[in-house]
Amino acid sequence: MSFEQIVFYFFAAVLILAAGAVITVRSAVHAALFLVLAFFTTAALWLLLEAEFLAITLVLVYVGAVMVLFLFVVMMLDINAAPMREGFARYLPVAALVAVLTVVVMVMAVGREHFGLDQFAAPERMSADVSNTRMLGEQLYTVYLYPFEIAAVILLVAIVAAIALTLRRRPGTRYQSVEKQVRVRSEDRLKVIKMNAEERK
Amino acid sequence: MPRNVSDDWGQGMIALSDYLTVAAILFGLSMAGMFINRKNIIILLMCIELMLLAVNINFIAFSHFLGDVAGQIFVFFILTVAAAEAAIGLAILVVLFRNRGSINVADMDTLKG
Repeated sequence: MSFEQIVFYFFAAVLILAAGAVITVRSAVHAALFLVLAFFTTAALWLLLEAEFLAITLVLVYVGAVMVLFLFVVMMLDINAAPMREGFARYLPVAALVAVLTVVVMVMAVGREHFGLDQFAAPERMSADVSNTRMLGEQLYTVYLYPFEIAAVILLVAIVAAIALTLRRRPGTRYQSVEKQVRVRSEDRLKVIKMNAEERK
Repeated sequence: MPRNVSDDWGQGMIALSDYLTVAAILFGLSMAGMFINRKNIIILLMCIELMLLAVNINFIAFSHFLGDVAGQIFVFFILTVAAAEAAIGLAILVVLFRNRGSINVADMDTLKG
């Protein structure tokens, strides 16, 4: 067994265990932390597949932003987890059956007979001076420029939607009215009065 | 002609099917998670993230073994959309909790009439 295989099987095993923990642990905080572990191990698998940019992106964007958001929401909401666990044991047999069936069918479809090393030989490793980021960038800013810009718009819409959903106006609070401030003219506030000079007393 | 599995082991290389199998197991696990955690929206969102991760592993594995960078670009877009989805989903969750005081799926039956 080569070193590469040892690395692969180690990270694959940790990934599967972490995913199993995500769906079975009692506390949502622990589930989120196991999800972080799953993302880290997946990033390691992607490094094995020479997708360095996406591996780093997964850690930065998912662990750094999305999972922090998850943890933030889980900890901010005061959730009583006990009633939500009811039905856990009841649906466990069905869930196990569906999961096993799905995995068996998929593995039959993607097993070694169809996608083994005979059909898809392992490609040569890239040399050290090939930059995965440059490869992605060259494609992204030429062929996929239009989808790339749409992705930017989707992110913008997501920001606006998330803020608009959670923004809460409280009636008692004092706000500055920006439009009134902008529309103010000097004539509204300052009056110049003509008057005769008076003698000093 | 399918070769013996033990031959592939002897070569010391990871086949495409190994990555696809890991992704399939991950997908199956997250689907089971949807069944057993059907009351808890937060875990359901996490299961969706796991499913997207499984799909992304498939894309990157094919991209590597076919020598085509398009698969990685697709993963890039999936990550973008998944991040947007998670942000909006959690925002809806927060609003829901504010209005109803609970995120139990069983409590969301207002539209039932």
